[in-house]
Order: sequence, then C-alpha cells, then structure tokens
Amino acid sequence: MSALDPTTPSVPQRAGWAWRPYALTLPALLLLVAVIGYPLLTIVLRSLSEPQWGPQNYVWFFGAPVNLTVLQRTFTISAWVTVVCVLCAYPYAYLMTAVGPRARLVLVLCVLIPFWVSGVVRTLSWVILLQDSGVINSLLRSAGFDGVRLIRTQTGVVIGMAQVLLPFMILPLYSVMKGIDLRLVQAARSLGARPSRAFFTVYLPLSLPGVYAGAIIVFILALGFYITPALLGGPRSTMLSTLVQTQVLSLLQWGRGGAMGVVLLVTTFVLLALAAPVMRSRHREAGRR
Amino acid sequence: MNPRAENRGAAIDLDTVSKAYGSFKALDGVSLRIEPGEFMTLLGPSGSGKTTTLNVIAGFTDVTSGQLLVGGKSVVGVPAHKRNIGVVFQHYALFPHMTVGRNVAYPLTLRGIAQEERKKRVAKALDMVKMGDFAHRYPSELSGGQQQRVALARSIVFDPPLLLMDEPLGALDKKLREWLQLEIKRIHRELGTTFVYVTHDQEEALVLSDRIAVFNRGRIEQVGTGRQLYDQPATLFVGRFIGDSTVLRGEVKSDGTGTALTIAGETVSAPRRLAGEANAVMLLRPEKLVIRRPGRDAAGTNRLSGTIAEAIYLGSGSKYEVKLADGSTAIVRSPLAGESFSLGEKVELCFDGADAKLLPDDSTADTTLT
Amino acid sequence: MEMKPLTRVILGLVCLLVAIWLVAPTLVVVPMSFNENKSLAFPPQGFSWQWYQNFATNPEWSTSFLNSLKVASLVAVLATVLGTLAAFGLDRMKARPANLLRMLMLTPMVVPGVVLAIGIYAVYLDAQLVGTLTGFVLAHTILALPFVLIAVSANLEVFDRRLETAAASLGAGALTTFRTVTLPLILPGILSGLLFAFATSFDEIVVSLFITNPYLKTLPVQIFSSITRDADPTVAAVGTILLCATTILIGGGMLLLGRERKGRL
Repeated sequence: MSALDPTTPSVPQRAGWAWRPYALTLPALLLLVAVIGYPLLTIVLRSLSEPQWGPQNYVWFFGAPVNLTVLQRTFTISAWVTVVCVLCAYPYAYLMTAVGPRARLVLVLCVLIPFWVSGVVRTLSWVILLQDSGVINSLLRSAGFDGVRLIRTQTGVVIGMAQVLLPFMILPLYSVMKGIDLRLVQAARSLGARPSRAFFTVYLPLSLPGVYAGAIIVFILALGFYITPALLGGPRSTMLSTLVQTQVLSLLQWGRGGAMGVVLLVTTFVLLALAAPVMRSRHREAGRR
Repeated sequence: MNPRAENRGAAIDLDTVSKAYGSFKALDGVSLRIEPGEFMTLLGPSGSGKTTTLNVIAGFTDVTSGQLLVGGKSVVGVPAHKRNIGVVFQHYALFPHMTVGRNVAYPLTLRGIAQEERKKRVAKALDMVKMGDFAHRYPSELSGGQQQRVALARSIVFDPPLLLMDEPLGALDKKLREWLQLEIKRIHRELGTTFVYVTHDQEEALVLSDRIAVFNRGRIEQVGTGRQLYDQPATLFVGRFIGDSTVLRGEVKSDGTGTALTIAGETVSAPRRLAGEANAVMLLRPEKLVIRRPGRDAAGTNRLSGTIAEAIYLGSGSKYEVKLADGSTAIVRSPLAGESFSLGEKVELCFDGADAKLLPDDSTADTTLT
Repeated sequence: MEMKPLTRVILGLVCLLVAIWLVAPTLVVVPMSFNENKSLAFPPQGFSWQWYQNFATNPEWSTSFLNSLKVASLVAVLATVLGTLAAFGLDRMKARPANLLRMLMLTPMVVPGVVLAIGIYAVYLDAQLVGTLTGFVLAHTILALPFVLIAVSANLEVFDRRLETAAASLGAGALTTFRTVTLPLILPGILSGLLFAFATSFDEIVVSLFITNPYLKTLPVQIFSSITRDADPTVAAVGTILLCATTILIGGGMLLLGRERKGRL
C-alpha cells in the first residue's frame, strides 16, 4: 500500500495488527452480549421451558382470542400513529426546507423541545390535557361536541403516541427533502406540468424514501410502546407491552410473558428485514444536488 | 425541401426588461429581438444577467419591468407550464425515479397524448439524439453526456417553437463538449426551432451561433455575428471577452488625421479618431501584430519594444506573451514558418495603424474578466 | 417550489397546529406546578410554591433525583468510552464485518422496551442486581451506546484520514497523532454522544421500572409511580425544573458555540 493511499490507516500497518479494530469493539460487544444477548436468550428459553419444555406458551398465545385482539389492536394503533405522523410530518418537514434559516431554527426547536422534558412528564401532560375535564374536552364542548371521551380510549392513546413519535418522522423526512433538487420541479414545470402535477409526479416520489424510513421507525417504536398506553389508555386500549408486563410482574407467568415478548420481538425484526431492501432502493441517492 | 418551413420557431422580443433583487439589478433595461429559427447565444461572465434573461423567457423569474413577447404574444405573468418552451439545464434535471423513456414521455403524458403516438414520438426524439437503445435505463446508469442528450430529447419531444439551453455542456469534458456542439448544431438545423443558448465560453458561442448577445453587468453590450463581434467590437469589454486581444493604454493625442498614443516614451498612431473621448485605448488582435528582433528598419508602421514573458507552442504556430515597457502584456500569434523567440529575449512588435481598433476605456472590462 | 397563496396559507396553518401540538404538552406543566390545590385539573387554581418545596424537602423526590444524576453521569462516561472505542474499531474495519457489527450494536434501539426489560429483570433476579447502582448503570449504558456510536461514527465519516497520514509524515507518533489531530477534530461527535448518553439514562423508564426496588429509584420511576398513585402537582414542578435546566444548558451552549464561531471568523 502506498503511503498516500487515503484508505491507508495513519499508523504504518504491521503484519498481525489486523485484529486491532476488533479489539476496540470488544468491550462494547461484551456488554452487548451480557446485557442484551443473554437476557433475550433467557426470555426465549423461558417461553419454551416454563412450566415444562414445549411450545405450550405459543399455543396458548395464539389460541386465546383476548391475546389476538390485543395483538391486532397493537398493530391497528401503531398503524394509526404512523398515518397521523406521516400526515403531520410531511407538510412540516417541507416547510422546514422552504423557509429561511431563522424560521427554520424555530421549527427545529419546536421538534426538539419535547425531548427537553422527561418522557414520563410529557405523558403526564397528555393526561392533564386529555382528561374529561381537560382543555381539549372543554374546547370540544364549547364547539358543540359533548361527551367526547379521549382519555382511556384508543383515540387518546394515538394522539399521545403520535406526538411523542412525530420527531422520528419529521427528522428523516426533512433530511431527504433537504436533498431533493428543486430544479427538477422547475424542469417539470418547463415541460408543461402545473404546480400540483409537478408535485405529485416529481417531488412526492423523490421524497418517498424519507416517508418509508420515518414510517418504519415510527411503526416499530409504536409496536413496543409501553408508558404512553399504560397511562393514557384504558382496558379497551391495552397494547401488547402492557400484557407482557402483567403476565410477568403480576401473574409471574414467565413462560407466557416470554412468549408474548418473543412474538413482539420477532415481529419487529421481520418488519425491519422487510423494510431494509426498500430503504436501500436504487433511487435513495438519486435526485440529490 | 426546407425543414425550417414547417416549423419556423417563435420570435422573441425583449423590450427594456429589468429584474431587480432589492437594490441589485440583475437585468437593467435589456432589449433584444431574436428572429424565428435563429440560434442566439447569450454570452457573458457569471453574474452578467444571461441566465436571468433565460429564466425570464422560461417563466422561472418574473420581470420587474419591461415587456416580453414570444411569438408576438406577451407572456408576462404567464406561468412556466403554459409557455410551451423547451428548457435544457446545465445539471440535466432528469427525473431520477423515471427511466429514460418515461422522462422523455413526461411532457407528452402531461399533454394527454395517446400511448401509440407517445411511443412513436419518444422513439423519434431519442433517435434524434442517438439514444434510442437506452429507453429502459435509469438516468443514474448514464454518463453525463448521455444524460444531457436525453434531456435534450425530452425538451424537443413536444415540438416547442423555442428551445432554451442553460450552459448545457458546462459539466462535460472538452472532447465530449466539442462533439456535442456539432450535434446541437445538427439538431437545430433539422428542427428549425428558435434556439437560445447561454454560455460563458466564447469559443462555444462562436462555434454554435447565428448571432451572439454579449452580456455584462445586467446589460447587453453588443449583439452581432461572431465575425462582427471579433472584428468590430463596440466596447472594450466585448473586444476583450471575444478572442485574445492586446489593449494599449497611454497618453492620447488626436488631430485631424488620426489618434496618437504614447506608451512609456514610444508613440503609435492610428488613422482614426474617437469622437469626444480623451481616454481612448487601442485594441489589437494577436494576428495583427508582427513580432521580430529589434533594430531592423520598418518605416511607416507602428513599433513597440518589449521582452518575451511567455512562449507557448500551439502546434499550428506559436503564441507569445510580450511584456511592454509600461508593464502591460501583449499577445502575439506567429505562424510556424516564422522566427522563434526565447524567454527574456528583447523583441519589437509592429502593426499597421489601420488594424488598431479605437475604443473608449472602460476600467470595468478588466475587473469583470478576472 | 412555487405555491398558490391559498396553498401557502393552508400549509402555514397546518404547520402552526403541528408546532402547537408538539410544544404545548411540554409547556402545560409550567402553570400546573404553581397549583394551589392538590389536583391536576386544568386550568390550575391560585398560586403557590409548595410543590417546589415538596420536591426539595421530600426525601422520596430528592433522593430519586440524586440517584438519576449519579446513574446518568456514570452511564455517560462509560457509554462514551465504549461507544467511541467501538466507533473507531468499526471505522477501521473492512466494510462487511463493520456493517454487521454496527447493526448488532444498534439493536438496543429497536428491541421493544418491555421485552428487553423482562429479559434484564430475569437475569438481574438471578445475579442479584435488581435495585443496585451497577444494575442501573449497565442496563442504561447498553441503551445509550447506540447514540454515542451514531454521533461519533458520523464525525469519523467526514474526518479526513489523510490528515493522520500527514501528521505521521511530519513525524508524529500514533499516540501524538491521535491526541493532536484526530481527537480535536472528532471531539464534537464525542461530546454530543456524551450528552445523548446522559439524557438517555436520565430519561429511561421502561427498563428502570422493572429493575427498581424501594432502595434505589430513579426520577422517572418516582414520577411514574406518583402519577399512577395520586394527582400530585410535584410532578409538574419536577417537569418545570427539568425544562428550565435543559433550556439554560442548551441556550447557554448555543450562545457559547455562536460566540466561538464568530471569534474564529
């Protein structure tokens, strides 16, 4: 290797030093194995071995209609949260790319401010806002909608979760939109496209990678949500995470709780695996300045 | 058969068009008529207003004041998508999420043209730019030159009466650029459409254009054929921007017979006068200067002494940069058969006073060029 | 992109609503914290400082706050060291193993919190780490590691490795090169990693809820149990204090950064 080759590490390489980068990652890997790998393995083993060896816990999980209802609800709520996030984040992220640096700073601050306060406190705020005597209900009442229940309903859970997850949608979307070459829209206009047509045929398709990336992140995080549904939801909006917690902490059913956890875990990774090729699509780097 | 007869292309009239951004005047009262079917190049350094003019014609930029007619009709306030003008961009602007074929079909789809007809016209446009075999590729799989040819096909496929090109070859290397210049000339001939071409490359402008409009600081300095601009520059800026030139500055004295210029003790004269201008300069083209060793007699011609500062072998001859007594530089081209000179050698430059072009001095001509 | 005036107005309005939706829940705790009554009904009644007093004097609150500070500080240091080392290792590996290992190290971000929590809880029960400082630090470190890795890797990616070659050619040894060239240039990444790690630990609730016990509670756990137990406005006071602290930290940081940048120009 030549000394000026930019890929050459700074230090002249001696034979047998190739293991060094691996040595640097070793401490982190060890901790990873001890605090993530081993615990997850324990859960898988318990789901198969308690009370005795066999698939009984999975048979139980997929055999009980209650569990399936909760599983289905977990997906439904996550899907709604994702839809709400996409619909709100798209115009917001677009505006971030369109305004001057000062206004952009304000918009970015609005996205980041929710992170400044503890997540639990934020959920508390939603409890305050959504309760039956809360602000939103008073507003609705004065607008003529009486007796709308928000807290302990799926709607309330979706509102609270979407707010927590919105930044995860806005930021990837913004980073993709920022890279879209607006001159392509201009080109479309010169070829005869009205502004709306140019948007739908050029801008929207080019921003889709950001939508996919954000939607996947939001959906996956939503699937595993625990705190927000626990505080904002009621018995009719229980999500899978809460069920896992109940099985383990209240009923001490490690096998059943473990099986549920494994279902949640596998679902997450399957979704990630399905999403990977989409994210690595041919046009991810295209259309950039 | 004259192909131009069926598609004459549109005429363009710019009438005192101005465009201001705050206090900055990007265009300052530009008037220009472009004839139907003409190949007009807007030439100038960056920031001179040539691209703004193109954007005004395309409808990407509103005018602050003035009138703009395309094909005899005012288009002020008409949005870009209703102007039916083809535009080729320096950055190609191909849609990365569409194949070459779909890119070229895009303007036809927008115009609601049926699929059969669309296919035929896409194939024809791609054939014209010799990209017929690439319809199923994506832009990212093509080279820069290929992408630009597809962009060209896309902008002519809907038969616009006017095609605007904004430095379309700016990002390509020299060989490819020269070849594509000829291709663009051929396509212009075949279509008969009006072409408006923006570039900062004067050689490219000379190769392509019927006429050239030279821009400087938001104004047009001169409009004319390449020959007119080279032989009869109206301003010092044009003289310096088009081709190589030597500018002589000195103490000016004019009388009934002509103008004399004294540069560091040596006096040269031209048999012409510049009305009302005390600060005249002389502009000389390199081939009008004769370089030789000093001392020999040459009565009747102007003579300036200097030293060789740079000698460049060009193949077809040599080009010399000669440092004159006042510190300025003269550019001389000498044929292969002539004498050759070495660096630092003392030489004499001779020229016929009739070949010197007298122009009013313009200090901005230097600053905008460098 | 050009837009019709109407489209522009609608876009602005929608974004304003989204911004309010994002920010309002954060700010609602401020008025609540001065409530006179022990209730979380909005709008609050009267004015009093009693909930701030309660936070400062009630050992349940102050201890959990100190616990959180302790855990988060340790986690920040540990995660930054491990994450930075790992980022360097990955940067200097061949692409294939590096990508694989990177994916592995980012898994804590996507594993559902509860699944991880019951796993860690199960292991900690056996290892008797429930309710211990070590237990908290280890669990939070693994959750904070991905953030450090991302921050430092992003910085290493734009770091020009030829600078190290240049330093070496000028006579600097491996360690000197690292200290004088590499470290100063990637320091922003390391510092933001440190900050993220601290914040992650300080805010962590799901795993903490499982591995906590009456002897060791962190602030989020205390807040959670307070919310589920009764309507105590002390929670709002805590939220307000945190909001002010972060605002001052971030505002001060931005001012400092801005001044430094101006000074350099």
